[in-house]
Amino acid sequence: MTAPAAAPDPILEVRDLTVSLPGGLDRANAVEGLGFDVHRRQIVCLVGESGSGKSVTAAAVMQLLPRRVLRVTGGTIRLEGRDLTAAGAAQMCRLRGNRMAMVFQEPLTALNPVMRIGTQIAEVLRIHRPDMAAAEVEARVLALMEDVRLPDPAALRRVYPHQISGGQRQRVMIAMALALEPALIIADEPTTALDVTTQAQILRLFRDLLTHHDSGVLLITHDFGVVADVADHVVVMRHGRMVESGPPGQVLTRPSHPYTRMLIDAVPRFRFRAAVPAAAAPALQVSNLQLTYRSRSFTGKKRETHALDDVSFTIDPGETLGIVGESGSGKTTLARCLLRFEMPDSGQIRFGGRDLAAASRRDLRDHRRRIQMVFQDPYKSLNPRRHVGQSLVEGPVHHGVPKREAAERAAGLLEMVGLGGDAMRRFPHEFSGGQRQRICIARALAMEPEIIVADEPVSALDVSVQAQVLELFEELRRRIGFSMLFITHDLRIASNICDRVGVMHRGRLVEIGRTEDIFRNPGHAYTRELLAAVPGGALGTAGER
Amino acid sequence: MALASAPPPSPARRLLATGAGLARSRTLVIGGGLLLLLVLLSLCASWVTATDPLQIRPRARLRAPDWTYLFGTDSLGRDVFSRVLHGGQVSLMVGLLSAALAAAVGTAVGLLAGISRLVDAVVMRVVDGLMAIPSLLLAVAIVSLVGPNLLSIVSAIAIAEVPRVTRLVRGVVLTVREEPYVRAAEGLGIPTPLLLVRHILPSCIAPLVVQTTHMIAAAILAEAVLGFLGVGFPPELPTWGNILAEGRPVFQRAPWTIVFPGLFLGATVLAVNILGDGLRDRLDPRLARTVKATP
Amino acid sequence: MGYLILKRIAAAVPVVLVVATIVFFLLRLSPGDPAMVLAGDMASPQDVAEIRARLGLDRPLPVQYATWLGEMARGNFGVSILSKQPVLDLIRARLEPTFVLAFCAIVLTVLLAVPLGAIAAWYHNSWIDRVVMAMSVAGFSIPAFVIGYLLILGFSMSLDLFPSQGYVSPFDDPLAAARHLVLPSLTLAVVFMALIARVTRSSVLDVLGEDFVRTARAKGNVERRVLWRHALPNAAIPIITVIGVGVALLISGVVVTESVFNIPGVGLLTIDAILARDYPIVQGLILFFALVFVGVNLLIDIIYVVVDPRIRY
Repeated sequence: MTAPAAAPDPILEVRDLTVSLPGGLDRANAVEGLGFDVHRRQIVCLVGESGSGKSVTAAAVMQLLPRRVLRVTGGTIRLEGRDLTAAGAAQMCRLRGNRMAMVFQEPLTALNPVMRIGTQIAEVLRIHRPDMAAAEVEARVLALMEDVRLPDPAALRRVYPHQISGGQRQRVMIAMALALEPALIIADEPTTALDVTTQAQILRLFRDLLTHHDSGVLLITHDFGVVADVADHVVVMRHGRMVESGPPGQVLTRPSHPYTRMLIDAVPRFRFRAAVPAAAAPALQVSNLQLTYRSRSFTGKKRETHALDDVSFTIDPGETLGIVGESGSGKTTLARCLLRFEMPDSGQIRFGGRDLAAASRRDLRDHRRRIQMVFQDPYKSLNPRRHVGQSLVEGPVHHGVPKREAAERAAGLLEMVGLGGDAMRRFPHEFSGGQRQRICIARALAMEPEIIVADEPVSALDVSVQAQVLELFEELRRRIGFSMLFITHDLRIASNICDRVGVMHRGRLVEIGRTEDIFRNPGHAYTRELLAAVPGGALGTAGER
Repeated sequence: MALASAPPPSPARRLLATGAGLARSRTLVIGGGLLLLLVLLSLCASWVTATDPLQIRPRARLRAPDWTYLFGTDSLGRDVFSRVLHGGQVSLMVGLLSAALAAAVGTAVGLLAGISRLVDAVVMRVVDGLMAIPSLLLAVAIVSLVGPNLLSIVSAIAIAEVPRVTRLVRGVVLTVREEPYVRAAEGLGIPTPLLLVRHILPSCIAPLVVQTTHMIAAAILAEAVLGFLGVGFPPELPTWGNILAEGRPVFQRAPWTIVFPGLFLGATVLAVNILGDGLRDRLDPRLARTVKATP
Repeated sequence: MGYLILKRIAAAVPVVLVVATIVFFLLRLSPGDPAMVLAGDMASPQDVAEIRARLGLDRPLPVQYATWLGEMARGNFGVSILSKQPVLDLIRARLEPTFVLAFCAIVLTVLLAVPLGAIAAWYHNSWIDRVVMAMSVAGFSIPAFVIGYLLILGFSMSLDLFPSQGYVSPFDDPLAAARHLVLPSLTLAVVFMALIARVTRSSVLDVLGEDFVRTARAKGNVERRVLWRHALPNAAIPIITVIGVGVALLISGVVVTESVFNIPGVGLLTIDAILARDYPIVQGLILFFALVFVGVNLLIDIIYVVVDPRIRY
């Protein structure tokens, strides 16, 4: 990676920045005493977990903090020498979009839904270069779209944001940011909402752009993989303060602060499990599952989406099968079919000697006890109005377990997932995300299921918490011995926890096999593409050594 | 194993919860207080004013408001103030009963529509049709066909509100049904009726309470309009609608016969509406988002 | 796009059918014989028999229903009991004042309530916001006829600025028509304005919280341009929807307003018909109003198809 050019004057100079929170919260400042520089043609990564103050810093630089809530109370922010904390509203309007621009996390909501994308890019020019001729604006928009490698700019500039893919939308945002060659581009988690392969392309785009644009980039991320891939300089934040900073080579390999080390260690790496001998009979056998969504589009054309296309696999007792793939590949639909939240069009789900795809309501009740699900979002998967104890006891009691026994079992399970017994009488909102996911796991285990279907169970959690929850899954499986279908978009996580893995793409299971075999010698082109896109190659893959 | 670290609070949201909480309770207190006062005035009408609302005084016709007759007298010399207070008893009852009836029927139908596709298809067509008919017209037609009495007036007003409640409840059921925690309970094998009562219905309560409050206000207004148009309760019964209707022919000579009862009625409805807004702000977490809006 | 519009039109048909069905059963709510109800109190036995035969009222209910639907579909809404004129002609004769009145009220609302709501949202939680919201709640709470009488008391009886009764067609005498229309349009518009101001405020507030508004600011838009160019076009969709739904409110308001100001429109016809128990007219009017409601909302649906790119593609 290139070292920053020895430019004497940084384009962005943040010194001793303090952003205060309103009173009554658990800390006084969202950001405290933060200082760093951004130079030309340099990518500075601001890394931290949620609540570390990294996004607040970005908003403070743009002077887009919610006015009555957050306030810069100390320090200076100099953009090309000008102090932004002292700038007036009119001056800020002249600078925003012109000398500094921003790319946001969620490109769908960040673009105006009722404005053509060409118009949105052109708006930046119209605001800051009002005397620019229309033809010139148009030419510049086309050049910019070309620059961020949007296909067919002439046609694409006339469409609306909802008509293009997530990656293309993010390219539009970047084109908008580049429009006036600003000194500084702030990118706030620009790839978090995107699929891995798209994420890799966008990151590559950022790197490439700096070879012929003169801007500096302040990139905010929670992902050390991203840092390893693109950063020239790293600033690690925690609870609003800088923990450490330096070139990535130093911070990533020889972190001086234990927190940084903990974060880096928590980043999932490829680490394969020892092979287990195949069992005599599978616990679950899925064959030729098919589910097609049909909708009539507004133009009258029939649209067919193959959510599941001829999906077949088995899970052995005690085995964990991973299903990996990008959004829209049909992973979640598969989970919903196994739980019979959704009815497959055809195919069989053989489980305990019965075909669940054809099971009656009565059979289904018994089936539902034996196959349990853990959902992605721990904030939404517990009834906010009920005690944790009620949520845990409800299922077993309904299947005939005496109340006392169910309560004892629940308390034992809470203990097992690392929560105290007093958790029974508390409400979900009193727990953190990681704790809630533990409760959800305990709720699933309370039914003594044979199979657990876990749909992206850790992707809503911070990395450090992620590692803990994964560890919990491992430990529970050793102690209790259930089979698991583990759905994830993160191949590194899959390698840690899955005995075998299946790769899904557009509703099809393109390949399935032992995790190590698949990831080391991928047979399908799509699998290779996924593997190449995994961020953080520079972090090393510990398990492979 | 160490516990997962607690996630930091979202500062903006927490601030809003505390800061705006005070402002919200202020609307609740204002609305509730005003309503309580007006309702008490009506309920204790016989103690507040000694005059008989029905007593005709040929020599005190169309008297302007003074200390004896606070709101003046009507064309028969009856005390308008006393009539307004006593009339409030009937009007408030109509408001409460209609809103309660509409809420009960609408919730039941909405829940059914939310869980059964077949019921939903039928119910939503009827709801669309009912909503296409102006509610006042429907109520007027029903009362005039069936004859004016408490039951017909309350039902006529309620029918117009039922579709709104049905839509509200159905909407909540359809959204909440997809929440992972409801899915999770379904996955535990909880049967549908229990699922509805235990996991879905509680989410309907807050919007229902708000809607019901606004329906009470609308129903009080509807009774007044029915009376004003001459299709309400029999004229001998003092209700706000009837009092206003009696003022019509003499309005040019004695404006107080309409202005005072009208303002009293308006104040009551206003209080109910403020109460409803206060409840909505307090109960509807969607408002928490508005803080983002301030530049 | 054409297909989409056709689809919207097709979706409106069942609504009309349901309304017709409701009106059909409405008449059977009356404890008496529907033929007697339709013929009126003074009808001769021959009249009753004629109606009974025409609508097949002596035959089973499904047959009655089919006959009735057929009559309605052919535009045969029956004959007024009192004037013996066809209901449709009576309604047609009264259309002009009502439409002029409603038009003025809608224009007033759009010109006043939408900007007020947007300003309230922009200055969220300030005194401007509070005043607009307070006026809106008050507008909801005070019955239209009380507002009408208050306006008469103030502007007609005390100040003698505007006439308090009657209607002059703007096609005959625009100036006199305008003077006659001021108070009734205001009266009719109050509830509607309260509703629209409220909805405008909340939908602008919602939109102002969206990410693309932040993007607009990050691009260097000045605040005024953020509001007009980015927020309002996106907030317009719920506002237009509510204007459509609010037509029902407007129709109820028309009945009351015309009755207060003695304007010979469809609303007054409704009240006269109800009080005279002239049920063929009442039936026809309910159907007519429902058709207007469905028509307006259909129009709005079609406007969406044209205006909102997310629906169009």
